Amino acid sequence: MFKFLKYTYLPTIGLFTVVLLLPLLVDSSYYLRIATFVFIYAILVLGLNLLMGYAGQVSLGHAGFCGLGAYAVAIGPTYYGLHSALSLVLGVLATAIIAYLIGRPLLRLKGYHLAVATLAFGAIVFIILTNEVAFTGGPDGMPVPPLELFGITILGTRTWYWIAGGTLILASLAVCSLINSPTGRALRAIHDSEVAADALGIDIRAYKVLAFVISAVFAALAGGYMALFDGHVTPVSSSMMRSIEFLTMAVVGGLGSIVGSVVGSAFLVLLPQLLSSFQEYEHAILGGLMIVSMMFLRKGIVPSISSWLLRRFK
Amino acid sequence: MNILNVSDITIQFGGIKALDSVSFKLNEGEILAMIGPNGAGKTTLFNIVAGVYKPTHGEVTLRGENITGKRPFYLARKGLTRTFQNLQIFYRMSAIENVMVGRHLHERRNPIAHLLSLPFVRKQNRTTREKAQELLNFVGLGRFADQEAGEMPYGALKRLEIARALAVEPSVLLLDEPVAGCNAVESADVAAVIRKVADSGVSVLLVEHDMHLVMKLADRVHVLERGKTLAQGTPEEVKVNPAVIEAYLGISKEKEISNA
Amino acid sequence: MEFLLQLLFTGLTVGSIYALVAIGFTLIHSASGVFNFAQGEFVMLGGMVTAWAMSCGLGLPLAAATGITVTVIVGLALNFLAIRPARDASPVVLLIITIGASVLIRGLTSVFLGKDFMKLPGLATSETLIVGGAVLQTQGIAVVIGVILILIALWFFLKMTLAGKAVRAAAANRTAAILVGVNPTLIVGLCFAVSALIGAVGGILITPLTLTSYDAGTLLAIKGFAGAMLGGMGNPAGPVIGGLFVGLIEAFGAGYISSEYKDAFTFVVLLLVLAARPQGILGGSLVERV
Repeated sequence: MFKFLKYTYLPTIGLFTVVLLLPLLVDSSYYLRIATFVFIYAILVLGLNLLMGYAGQVSLGHAGFCGLGAYAVAIGPTYYGLHSALSLVLGVLATAIIAYLIGRPLLRLKGYHLAVATLAFGAIVFIILTNEVAFTGGPDGMPVPPLELFGITILGTRTWYWIAGGTLILASLAVCSLINSPTGRALRAIHDSEVAADALGIDIRAYKVLAFVISAVFAALAGGYMALFDGHVTPVSSSMMRSIEFLTMAVVGGLGSIVGSVVGSAFLVLLPQLLSSFQEYEHAILGGLMIVSMMFLRKGIVPSISSWLLRRFK
Repeated sequence: MNILNVSDITIQFGGIKALDSVSFKLNEGEILAMIGPNGAGKTTLFNIVAGVYKPTHGEVTLRGENITGKRPFYLARKGLTRTFQNLQIFYRMSAIENVMVGRHLHERRNPIAHLLSLPFVRKQNRTTREKAQELLNFVGLGRFADQEAGEMPYGALKRLEIARALAVEPSVLLLDEPVAGCNAVESADVAAVIRKVADSGVSVLLVEHDMHLVMKLADRVHVLERGKTLAQGTPEEVKVNPAVIEAYLGISKEKEISNA
Repeated sequence: MEFLLQLLFTGLTVGSIYALVAIGFTLIHSASGVFNFAQGEFVMLGGMVTAWAMSCGLGLPLAAATGITVTVIVGLALNFLAIRPARDASPVVLLIITIGASVLIRGLTSVFLGKDFMKLPGLATSETLIVGGAVLQTQGIAVVIGVILILIALWFFLKMTLAGKAVRAAAANRTAAILVGVNPTLIVGLCFAVSALIGAVGGILITPLTLTSYDAGTLLAIKGFAGAMLGGMGNPAGPVIGGLFVGLIEAFGAGYISSEYKDAFTFVVLLLVLAARPQGILGGSLVERV
């Protein structure tokens, strides 16, 4: 009966429904703003999930890519008079190139070496963004001119809700398609047994780099959206703590699960809101939750629930 | 007509010569079995042909092309692939998906097209799936198609790896202890599959310890001992070779062989 | 010349602490395969708890004992409460657990001990010393000597004592070690305790120089990992060399190129080394047997 849980495009349909219905159920601008944050981060986590859940690689520096996209839409219009949309595209392209250049040598590494290498990358981006005060505004960051399309200024929660939600649905569609294609199968094969994938003629390195670049592109896009939505960027968007949060979103939501990416993102965006009265305990609680959820729900929230459902109703 | 030519292979690990001037040929459509006591160097030789190790001296040619020291994924593209002694199945994929991965080299691989789900991708998925189902049927696993590989019995997984390797459409298939850990029934199933594979024109090189299987299945046998070739020939010739019997089989084994 | 000497000394001083973090991390990793992201917190706790104990009126020796004890308890708690129950999980899950532990420890420290910087008194009576024209901190000398003593003690422990030999056995081949009667649970617990201990001592030594605060552990941890990987984890001297190397890169980079970017130099060098020679300076080759 619950076989339909395995249907390929189910996650996309589910997301479509949620995005469409949410504004009808929740009319408050405050909650829609939170939802927008969730969608934007979910895009990044989706990419990270592709890298971690499908290709099986760990990245502790994805906030670095996020920061690159964010600052692109700040710097482009401010210093070069470029249109915001063009800046976003250029930022994403530049990120893709950087990801390719550092990915090619580093993705030969396994496990912890790769984790530390990506950590180093994220740290370097953070340090540059913090120190180049004249260009980036330093630790206080800089303002981001709003996006203007066809003479209309794209501002406001409702507009960005649809942009973010729509992009998330498209991203989810793309990832669903990818998973059921030779590329997707190659990535999954690499994750399960590199040795066997190699013997079958799959170019391991190329596919790992591909997953890395795609995830970097998603991260840069999310960073750009966040900057345009928020109106301001700071180096914090590329900090190590952010990278850890993104990683946690992916793992707690469920590696390899598209819906999990959104659930994980929601979990970590909502947490500070719920804990606002416990503000000073926030870090402690986050840490504790990370530990507890990994001890008891190892596969992540969504896969744990769906495999429980499949077992119950077989 | 020989399709795989291994000549004068020597490999040294530090001071130890694991293999010393070993040569053999594999002919088209035949089953050649590599046997020998533990530590004889069979697995090392296998791994050299499979592209995992590079020999210190010697040459491996595939249909005339020198493939010595080339990496496994290059070899797959040239029509040589292998299975693994300690199963390297994609446990989190279904049986049919495992075999579909083997079709990788025969698919159009543009990742952008895959992201955009262009029409040819869906059509290709169907074709790949059909071909994979055919291969599953060929090895007798047709009904396991959508079963998660992690839940399949051991003997079936041994055959699944063969089906997956066949998906590459190789001209040479290397089998690394294809019946290791199998019971009599499972071994017989795997042996039948190997026979079918060779009959369909694929040349097979296998490393095995199961004498019963080797003597029944192999067209020719190559015996290694301590890194050197001890004997080669048909199973009957090797069976009665005194040096082979003494070095490897022992008195009780001799009886077992004469009963095989 | 004095400038060079100054930088050399600064580099060796901080490098010694990074070496301690790198060793502690490598010890745990080789015995259990766990990547202990919380390693830097041990150094932080050593300094912070000792400073707090002193502010409660205890003298330095007792306060130091308190600091070390608390840190070791935290290390053991981390192992037995968080890691052991999940020991058969995938490496990613274990990584998240240790990251979570690091965040948790930091969070609890900020709540209970506040977010201010804390200081400890140095060990020597005079603060500075002039050597070869350069002004050197006496505490810095204390750090280097302290770390050398710790390394000697560690070497003695691993080579001479039965427990130490058991640790080396477990690191070399876990299964074989179990078969000869080594209890893996105790060994891993011991490694965590020892790592926490040396981290705490390092923290007490360095705090008079650099001060400490609740989030000092993170950067220390990253540099410690960098040191471990730069030096190469296959060789026991690797983390030490790597840690010192990181300290020197930082000092010389800050002195000759730019002090704002001092942290970045280590990371750039790390990326270059990982790209070109992943096994590090002293490491053997990374081969995977099929």
